[in-house]
Amino acid sequence: MKAGMPLLAFATFFANAAFAEEPNVEAVTNDGVRWFNSDDTPTYKIEADGTVDWPTFSGYRRYQAECHVCHGPEGEGSTYAPALKASALRMDYYDFIGVVASGRKNVGAADNQVMPAFGTNPNVMCYLDDIYTYLRARGTDVVPRGRPAKKEAKSDAYAEAEKACMGG
Amino acid sequence: MRAKLLGLAAGLLTTVAAPAFANDSVTEGIKNSGQLVTQLLNYAGTRYSELGDITKDNVGDLQVAWTFSTGVLRGHEGAPLVIGDVMYVHTPFPNNVYALDLKNDGKILWRYHPQQNSDVIGVMCCDTVNRGLAYGDGMIFLSQADTTLVALDEKTGEVKWSVVNGDPAKGETSTATPLIVKDKVLIGISGGEYGVRGHMTAYNIADGKMAWRAYSTGPDAEMLVDPEKTMVLGKPIGKDSSLNSWEGDQWQIGGGTTWGWTTYDPELNLIYYGTGNPSTWNPSQRPGDNKWSMTIMARDVDTGMAKWFYQKTPHDEWDYDGVNENILVDKEIDGTMRKLLVNFDRNGFAYTMDRESGELLVAEKYDPAVNWATEVDMNKDSETYGRPLVVAEYSTAQNGEDVNSTGICPAALGTKDQQPAAYSPKTGLFYVPTNHVCMDYEPFRVSYAAGQPYVGATLSMFPAPESHGGMGNFIAWDAVKGEIKWSLPEQFSVWSGALATSGDVVFYGTLEGYLKAVDSETGKELYKFKTPSGIIGNIFTYKSGDKQYVGVLSGVGGWAGIGLAAGLTNATEGLGAVGGYAALSDYTALGGQLTVFALPN
Repeated sequence: MKAGMPLLAFATFFANAAFAEEPNVEAVTNDGVRWFNSDDTPTYKIEADGTVDWPTFSGYRRYQAECHVCHGPEGEGSTYAPALKASALRMDYYDFIGVVASGRKNVGAADNQVMPAFGTNPNVMCYLDDIYTYLRARGTDVVPRGRPAKKEAKSDAYAEAEKACMGG
Repeated sequence: MRAKLLGLAAGLLTTVAAPAFANDSVTEGIKNSGQLVTQLLNYAGTRYSELGDITKDNVGDLQVAWTFSTGVLRGHEGAPLVIGDVMYVHTPFPNNVYALDLKNDGKILWRYHPQQNSDVIGVMCCDTVNRGLAYGDGMIFLSQADTTLVALDEKTGEVKWSVVNGDPAKGETSTATPLIVKDKVLIGISGGEYGVRGHMTAYNIADGKMAWRAYSTGPDAEMLVDPEKTMVLGKPIGKDSSLNSWEGDQWQIGGGTTWGWTTYDPELNLIYYGTGNPSTWNPSQRPGDNKWSMTIMARDVDTGMAKWFYQKTPHDEWDYDGVNENILVDKEIDGTMRKLLVNFDRNGFAYTMDRESGELLVAEKYDPAVNWATEVDMNKDSETYGRPLVVAEYSTAQNGEDVNSTGICPAALGTKDQQPAAYSPKTGLFYVPTNHVCMDYEPFRVSYAAGQPYVGATLSMFPAPESHGGMGNFIAWDAVKGEIKWSLPEQFSVWSGALATSGDVVFYGTLEGYLKAVDSETGKELYKFKTPSGIIGNIFTYKSGDKQYVGVLSGVGGWAGIGLAAGLTNATEGLGAVGGYAALSDYTALGGQLTVFALPN
């Protein structure tokens, strides 16, 4: 009992600490295509009236097409794949990209989870930053479940980048 | 000379007789209603059992007789087989098979653990389900997730032969059950969301050698279609019918997979199955009727040659994947006995057809919520004969790319998905597990990459508006009149296969995990029991030692486990946390268990 208490306290502290750390989601710079935070990783920008930046809206669409058949609607998770709205906050941006591109396996006696590698899939890779910012917006609850009601128009720079990535 | 001739004659006799023997093992097994040799209980696919010791008067006394854990925590579809005193239980990936001794408290006689590359899990669109085993000629047949078809010795579990039916690296996987007919094993393929080109393949039961393969799309020769003799709604199909209905070579990645159930009419020697959705889900990227996706196919079982086709949803715009089972019944229509085929399609229409000629007799909505089409054109003189009359507002093709079409019913899940219906010859009614779910659907442009998802639409699903708030119904259907007799509202989609018995009881399972028994005449609930996990398996019944048992595999998952576990929302209404909107995870968790019921001694 005596030994157990500090352990439990330690675990609680750790969990709290993890939650206490605010995700760096503030939009600081914009390269014409999307917003970035102070670490120069992609982030969302939601206006006071709920208008969602185009890349984050695009992330919603692509997520619901490419990811939801395993990870559930709007990043909520399913009976066999984790809730990505949580993973996108917990994981480092570069790790997130790495897992999507290369896949991940968790196969054992009780688990049969396999994330395929999407590295060759333009429908995922060209929109991965969009999907990432959408999931972080879901994780921080600034975008509710369902289709974002208001969205910014697609910029010319975004359309150009999209065309280049999808191969015309 | 005399001896030689005799030898020749004997040889001839053997070759002719062998197929009939294979057929007999299944036919005999079906006749003995205490056994289970095929997933839909019989070739006609009625899921009706003659066992009648459990009746509507005593079913309320059912108790759990015994249980078994499968050791796998994924969606459990299908049902076990029972041959003699042995039960054969299958699991989702890794597709283990257990032979259980019913005379010895379910002791494990043998087990088969296939070695499969787990990469296949990642390319299975909607959970790692498997719809069960098949029996024939002393062998248990399993179609593994990685498309390996294996024949196991029923006594030892030893592999007699195995053959590879597809390539998971291209997104080709397997979830279907094989069907054993005569000297052949029939098996389809999954992967419509990966642009897989669908086919039905027959392997020889004796050695696993391919006998024929019929593609769903492409050149006539590869589809096993005769331009003159294969019929479509009373007319010859014509030359290059599939090639002419696609732009360029899109048919090569055009879907039309065959992951549903197959049924068989021994008198007509025809098999019946459905083909799935065309790839992608963005209709603007594949102009044309996209033949022969979304089609009921009737083929000669010996040659694979197509007798007739009927395309239910030409140029699909909603993922109304047309693979649902075709139930074969004989019924009187306008004073004449007809050989009928009844199909409850994903698109929300129930079709009654003449299974010999492919004539369309009835096409009516089996959920009043269905709104994407007003009706199916039944006028034989009309240019659009046999086609659904699509409502422009709900046409994702007419609304175009990057437009969100809202309030379409049913959702892509369909009014019914894989969960097989039942038919009772005593009541003349069909018992249909249904979804009561609608959707918003926005198609957009995608690029094809081999072995990668090729979806091309965003969709969000929600319970049918202005209804009871739940996401499912269990209905009784009159296929001649095309009418619902009664409908039981359910909070979640009914994703479990139904069973009708001669005891005037109909059984089904729910996603919360209930096994339910209802009166086959009135639908009155007679019994329910909550099993350890949500049910997407099919209820089954068998006899052992003169006692009737009823059982089911629990283990929530499948497509139902994707959206429903998180709870469906209506984007336009926000998160209304009432009734049917509540998450399934509040009711059940993952599982993998067999629960068997019996009356007390």
